[in-house]
Amino acid sequence: MINKIWFYMMAVSIVYGILNGNAKAITEGVIASSVQTVEMCITFIGVWALWLGLMEIVKKSGLITVLSNAMYPIIKRLFPDVPKGHPALGSISLNFTANMLGLGNAATPFGLRAMKELQEINEDKEVATDSMCMFLVINTSSIQLIPTTVIALRASLGSSEPTSIILSSLLATSVSTIIGVMAALVLRRKEAIRERKKNYG
Amino acid sequence: MVEYISDLMIPLAILAILLYGKRKKVNMYDTFAEGTKESFNTVLSVFPNLITMLIAIGIFRNSGLLDFIISLFSPLLKALHIPEEVLPLAIMRPISGSGSTAILSDILVNNHPDSLVGKMASTMMGSTETTFYVIALYLGSIGVKKHRYTLKASLIADLAGMVAAIAISYIMFA
Repeated sequence: MINKIWFYMMAVSIVYGILNGNAKAITEGVIASSVQTVEMCITFIGVWALWLGLMEIVKKSGLITVLSNAMYPIIKRLFPDVPKGHPALGSISLNFTANMLGLGNAATPFGLRAMKELQEINEDKEVATDSMCMFLVINTSSIQLIPTTVIALRASLGSSEPTSIILSSLLATSVSTIIGVMAALVLRRKEAIRERKKNYG
Repeated sequence: MVEYISDLMIPLAILAILLYGKRKKVNMYDTFAEGTKESFNTVLSVFPNLITMLIAIGIFRNSGLLDFIISLFSPLLKALHIPEEVLPLAIMRPISGSGSTAILSDILVNNHPDSLVGKMASTMMGSTETTFYVIALYLGSIGVKKHRYTLKASLIADLAGMVAAIAISYIMFA
């Protein structure tokens, strides 16, 4: 899919550009993009090092476990069809906590483990359960509290206030998550009503 | 006021992490240094996709085609008070992570990161994840074929996030 997008973006642009007399601009753009990317990445390495260093301390000091235990009451409510004490609840909490702290690399293994554990209590192995749907909707809506990648990017591209977007991002991502959860609940209900009508209607 | 809180967040976060680490008797210097080893590898793994996309976007932008396409949507965007530069990002964000990073970088380079457009695009970027990729990865890993209402709900969430990001940015940064 990305292959098609990439191909068409470049091919159509080049044809359009040549026809509109922008051939030179295209050449300059290609070179400028290449050079800029390298400069960006160099700054990235530095800012990322700071964040990864801090996150390693967070990991080592067990802060993730503490935070995910604190989350348990909420998790219980969002995933009612998972039995109490089932390991999936723990993995889900860990995935959420890691995501909130911006530890995408730590979050993914927890998330995959959560899916596996949810699959264990799944009756129809080829169909997603309500908990799986909810888990995915929350994940894709992003629950990262501090957008570290964006901040690093802003810093490397000359921003004098890279962290000024923390609050706005936090608000926006909260909205997306809340709407996502609501949408999941509504769609789940509509589907159940449709199923009932099919069976009894 | 908002700026002040934002300014405080990072120093406070660092302090909080250090204090907690001390309480748990973690060797913070070594642990921190250990963590930084990842940064080179992370950037290295991001580099190929990033530069591949950015070169395509550079061509897309400099050929004039991007401006042309945006101009088609211009009246609609103007009526909704949406800056046209963020349209490519809104479309790309649920589709590709590296693509949207590339578009965001492009937007920040061409409009200063601290401009309204820059901050709006930055806010939009953090408001949601790469929907298609995450769903495919997680469901694929356990062999689930029917996603039911997952995609619909996720895309609704993405849309809500984008709209919220635009509105919030206007209120906070305009």
